[in-house]
Amino acid sequence: MALKLKLHTQPDVPMEADCICPNRMQSLSDNEIENLTVFHGNRQVKLGDFFKCDGDNDGDIIIDGDLSNIKHIGSAMLSGKITVEGNVGVHTGAAMRGGEIIIQGNASDWLGPEMLGGRITVQGDAGHMVGSGYRGSTAGMQGGEIIVHGNVKNETGHVMRRGLIVVGGNAGDFTGVNMLAGTIIVLGEMGIRAGAGMKRGTIICQNKAEILPTFTQSCDYQPSFIRRYLKYLTTLGLSINESLINGPFERWCGDSVELNRGEILLYAGK
Amino acid sequence: MAASMRIINGKVYDPANDIDGEIKELCIKDGKIVDSVDDNATVIDAQGMVVMPGGVDIHCHIAGPKVNAARKLQPEDHRHDVHPATPFTRSGSGGTVPSTFATGYRYATLGYTTAMEAAVTPIGARHTLEEFHDTPVIDKGFYVLLANNIFLQQLLREKRMEEFEQAVAWWINSTKAYTVKLVNPGGDEPWKGKKNSNVSDIDEKTDEELTPRQIIREFIKVCNKRAFPHPIHIHCNNLGHSGNYTTTLETLKTAESLKAHIAHIQFHCYGGELGKNPTSKARDIIDYLKTHPNITCDVGQVMFGKATVMTADAPMAYVLKGHAKGKWVNADTECESGCGIVPFTYQEHSYVHTLQWAIGLELFLMSQDPWQVVLSTDHPNGGSFMNYPKLIKLLMDKAFRHEEMKRVNQKALDSCSLRELEREYTLNEIAIITRAGPARALGLDCKGHLGIGADADITIYDEMEDKEEMFNAARYVIKAGIPIIENHEFSNDTIGKLFHIAPEYDKKIEEVVQPFFENYYSIEFSNYAVDDRYLHDHQIIPTQEDAL
Repeated sequence: MALKLKLHTQPDVPMEADCICPNRMQSLSDNEIENLTVFHGNRQVKLGDFFKCDGDNDGDIIIDGDLSNIKHIGSAMLSGKITVEGNVGVHTGAAMRGGEIIIQGNASDWLGPEMLGGRITVQGDAGHMVGSGYRGSTAGMQGGEIIVHGNVKNETGHVMRRGLIVVGGNAGDFTGVNMLAGTIIVLGEMGIRAGAGMKRGTIICQNKAEILPTFTQSCDYQPSFIRRYLKYLTTLGLSINESLINGPFERWCGDSVELNRGEILLYAGK
Repeated sequence: MAASMRIINGKVYDPANDIDGEIKELCIKDGKIVDSVDDNATVIDAQGMVVMPGGVDIHCHIAGPKVNAARKLQPEDHRHDVHPATPFTRSGSGGTVPSTFATGYRYATLGYTTAMEAAVTPIGARHTLEEFHDTPVIDKGFYVLLANNIFLQQLLREKRMEEFEQAVAWWINSTKAYTVKLVNPGGDEPWKGKKNSNVSDIDEKTDEELTPRQIIREFIKVCNKRAFPHPIHIHCNNLGHSGNYTTTLETLKTAESLKAHIAHIQFHCYGGELGKNPTSKARDIIDYLKTHPNITCDVGQVMFGKATVMTADAPMAYVLKGHAKGKWVNADTECESGCGIVPFTYQEHSYVHTLQWAIGLELFLMSQDPWQVVLSTDHPNGGSFMNYPKLIKLLMDKAFRHEEMKRVNQKALDSCSLRELEREYTLNEIAIITRAGPARALGLDCKGHLGIGADADITIYDEMEDKEEMFNAARYVIKAGIPIIENHEFSNDTIGKLFHIAPEYDKKIEEVVQPFFENYYSIEFSNYAVDDRYLHDHQIIPTQEDAL
């Protein structure tokens, strides 16, 4: 049976609750879990002041409520599963190494920053800086998967180094900015300046996009790896157009300010 | 003022007063060491503990615009090293360039109570003093950068020596500095104005008329003539380049018999050819020092791991950013200096980094006079000051040193003599290189010893076999008679004092300097000098000239 956390009091100010994580709650009783410390603004309070805890902790946590004011859920998570039946706040899944976070609502900014492994699935939209690096860091997401069924805002995959980010809807500006490696797939439209400063890595988009002048068109082709990726995405519940799976892609090399080793692939079919 | 206090049963190391591990009672009253105190004084029983004067760091980079730029450059460093508040202390962030609060508290945790910021541009003095006000516990001061000052160089070119001397004194007064710092004398201007060039020899002309040697010589003369308590602090030309030991020796010779302090000398002890792997020339430098007691130096030991290069030697930082291949800062500081900041990691597998590490240890272990060669890591250039306990263990524990040697680049060790050096430092020698020696080199009579009349800056360590553990966290730290740390916990907070000097100068020099400001500076002459409002608790250390 899963451990159930129910939000009974909405925090007045943002709350940092990095203790909501299977490995932090492992082998703790309900009472001990409610006594875990969280920061409510700049004050340390108990988790139980806001959440009612019920059930057995078998590594599966289900959270009920609107958590959009609660930060750092699943930070540094190693294994297990968190299901949020609502929205989540910033820094969800920050630096997580394993396990799975499923968000049935929307996610705020900084979803899965500097994540190293595991999977985050958002059934709604996500904010800015999905899978990115914190300011000053040389590497953002370094492994794992982030699957957003809806839209995302700016700077998705900023300084991303490895892993997969999938956006079912539209992405904002600067998708894959300063990307080092890894793969970003956008099934909707991308904003301006995608791939700015990217060193390596692949950005795939189902629609035409405004390409920076520092990118060069190299060819049209039908890469087999895209087919494999897209078929995999169908198993995760994303609906993929059959013509996209087999379709030709325009390949743009860039960013030439960083030696042209990255690529943007735009669907070229009709 | 703190109540009186008595420390009993402690094993006292006070080399300045020839006390080497004696069980001795210390009495404190009104922030000073005194002969005796009343029976109702607070007693600290230091049975099984080692008592030393508070540590003195003669060369570090802890405050000012460049330090702040390094903080801003590395937010990731701070995020991973949060320094929490306690009921008595404020919060901060750490990393290789800690925030002001964390800097003070972390120095105190190691048992250090005085630290000197080693490079501040005159125009950055106000900022530095403001940061000092927020750097708790430790006493501090700073050295003002004058070697690449365009106006002073102009006076030297025109051989206006009397005005040069007056202008140096004016600049020290205007900034509230402790002494003059020379960094790559004559090297910054070519870098700024002539396509990244640098001077490569002490006798190379920076322009038609002036050489680094002339600049160094004239500054040494003025500082010695004015009898500054710490004569002059020199970062030689050619830092970090293979073959630079000849430049270092020539710089030392330029001092002749006058007093001078060479900063982070480890970075200036390299043989070999420019552009090729360096070799160790520690022996040559130490041999010179042996016969020239007028020179003191700090080592600038490299410690493996993360560091932050921050220097007024802008051309050197520019070269280094090519190796680090990450983010960096280079800046021009108006007519006064340059600046470079490069986050850097010293790695055991690297030949050069290992050799730098080994040369630093060679210098310590070959040095016959611990008063002359004192401890520093040039924080944070060679590594954070938080590495001092490990460095002390490397010096005191031969077996540990040999263990560490197994982990480093063996080719580099083959090219130096570190393996053959069997010396182990004693606690008394450690007290010299971390306390008494730097205090004496700084001319701070009230620091670095526990004699009657000294400032009651006292550190008490648990005596332990593992010296790194021992020096990592002082059991007690008493600052100016106030117990700051008791049983490893902070029990008090204090701001600490500023030390500066105030050499006399002829007011007429302002009429000479002012037109230059109005033509070339971004700020008004009348706004330039730092006034007393920026000084918190401060003390003017008299020059010997004043005493005469």
